[in-house]
Amino acid sequence: MAVCTGCSLLCEDIEVALKTGAIEKAKNLCRKGQGHFQALFSDRTVPSVEGGETSLDQAIEKAANILMNAKDPLLYGWSNSSLEAQKVGIELAKKLEAKIDDTSSFCQGQLLERVLKGELPSCTLDDVRNFADVSVFWGADPSNSHPRHLSRFSYYPRGSKRQKGYEEERNCVVIDVRKSSTAKLCSDYFRIPPGGDAEFAEAIIAILDGKMPRFGDKKRMIGLASIFKKADFGAIFPGLGLVYSLVQKMEIFENLVARLNDVSNYKVVPMVGHYNMRGFNELMLDETGYINQISFKNGVHHGSENSVTMAAKSSDACLVVGSDPLSALPFVIARSLAKSQLVVIDPRRSLTTDAAKVVIPSAMSGLESGGKAVRMDGVRISFEPIFESNLLSDEEILTRIMEAI
Amino acid sequence: MVSAMEIYQLLPQAACKECGYVSCMALAVALLSREKKLEDCPSLFDPKYADKLNKLKELLAPLEQASETGLIIHDEKCFGCANCVVACPVNVANDPTGSAIGLGPKSDKVILVIENGVVRCLNPNECRRFGPNRILCNACTATCPSKAIEFV
Ligand code: SF4
Ligand code: SF4
Ligand code: SF4
Repeated sequence: MAVCTGCSLLCEDIEVALKTGAIEKAKNLCRKGQGHFQALFSDRTVPSVEGGETSLDQAIEKAANILMNAKDPLLYGWSNSSLEAQKVGIELAKKLEAKIDDTSSFCQGQLLERVLKGELPSCTLDDVRNFADVSVFWGADPSNSHPRHLSRFSYYPRGSKRQKGYEEERNCVVIDVRKSSTAKLCSDYFRIPPGGDAEFAEAIIAILDGKMPRFGDKKRMIGLASIFKKADFGAIFPGLGLVYSLVQKMEIFENLVARLNDVSNYKVVPMVGHYNMRGFNELMLDETGYINQISFKNGVHHGSENSVTMAAKSSDACLVVGSDPLSALPFVIARSLAKSQLVVIDPRRSLTTDAAKVVIPSAMSGLESGGKAVRMDGVRISFEPIFESNLLSDEEILTRIMEAI
Repeated sequence: MVSAMEIYQLLPQAACKECGYVSCMALAVALLSREKKLEDCPSLFDPKYADKLNKLKELLAPLEQASETGLIIHDEKCFGCANCVVACPVNVANDPTGSAIGLGPKSDKVILVIENGVVRCLNPNECRRFGPNRILCNACTATCPSKAIEFV
């Protein structure tokens, strides 16, 4: 059995048969996972310095050089690396007195931080499968982002206390601005206008407080509140839609969860995208008391000035590990990153590797290198490599850069 | 998907009863459930219906790929999400420690599995839609987010 690192569900029941240079047959991998495995065979990186192919040793030496001589280096990426690699990354940041940040700072960071600090109650996905009778997808469309979420945990499987079929024993609620693939399957879909999440949450709180809702179709909203009240065990899965809409008003969501817990039992599991983003955030929290956006210059400092979006403009060198910020970030930030001395560790070509001064190819984790990662719900999953490869893992590359420094 | 009405509109509508049915609509229904073939309607092969015959052949072509139970899989639409695999009552009954609890199938008596990122039908004769006592189960189509499986 192999583990799929295609998303933060880290499915552990994958069976693959190989032939040279291709996958002969894969069982239980969803289409997204299949694409992730297939990616192994195309667009691989080679070691290069300033666009010219070099040896791996030269690329590593040059990378160490750039980072050592930088005044204000930024280390970024991390959510597609194993816990082991992330640990070395954090050590490297300390040694360089660098800034370090990951994709969570413009993704699920806000919510995940509250979950990790115990401010929002959470549970494992196995608990969801065994006990939940209400699943709420809010601004999330797992059918596309985490294809096996509904079938493995949140809607269709039988669980220890959910022995009957989903029609009888589970409700699935989708709150979204559009009728997504998941919305088509759920038992109750609520369309909200863009940015309407706060009002929606307040309306539910109002009904729970015995007042009339001032938002949406009153009858349906009251119906939803009563589904919420009757639940034995509810699980809320907030997606980026909710995070981006609430930005500075996250306490409204916290209030709603608190109110729901007065009437029943509700847990929150943020829909983390990359396979080990939560792992990085947990390590950082242990190490610094914060989940991201840290500068190790003269101690430990936390703040948005250390986030990739801000630091990209001020840093003179940037190490990117397993991430493609040049295509993910807004143009202005991407441009400043591209102008800095960019060192990239990545198994595959991307806009970011194409713009980099130094490219160091790495083994694809989960496929060519082993390690541990943290699933979106906090469960630690170990994986072994399933393909033989003489490429170094992120961890080994980072260790060598560290030694060179 | 094809409806009996669409088929009916392309039939001669002469009610000649040569196919053994009292109306062309009845034949249309039989064609749809694949109990009869176009060849069972002799009038249709009159040259004046050549156009309609061609259209009918086109219309009914997808039905020929269907399994014994009428299941058609559209690979290109499938997410490989396994909702159908986990919801299928036969999978649940035959595979309590695998597909019933959301994991990959552990029994070879299951009907639906995921291979190479898309769904596959292994044992169509186990399906509740199979055979004389069939029932109109729709657990797999109702749980599909992309209409990647359907029955004809
Ligand atoms: S759901 Fe995610 S982890 Fe599971 S097989 Fe699909 S991509 Fe891989
Ligand atoms: S029709 Fe019912 S029994 Fe047949 S494959 Fe679909 S879910 Fe299974
Ligand atoms: S056929 Fe539909 S439900 Fe089944 S795996 Fe494909 S997309 Fe999912």
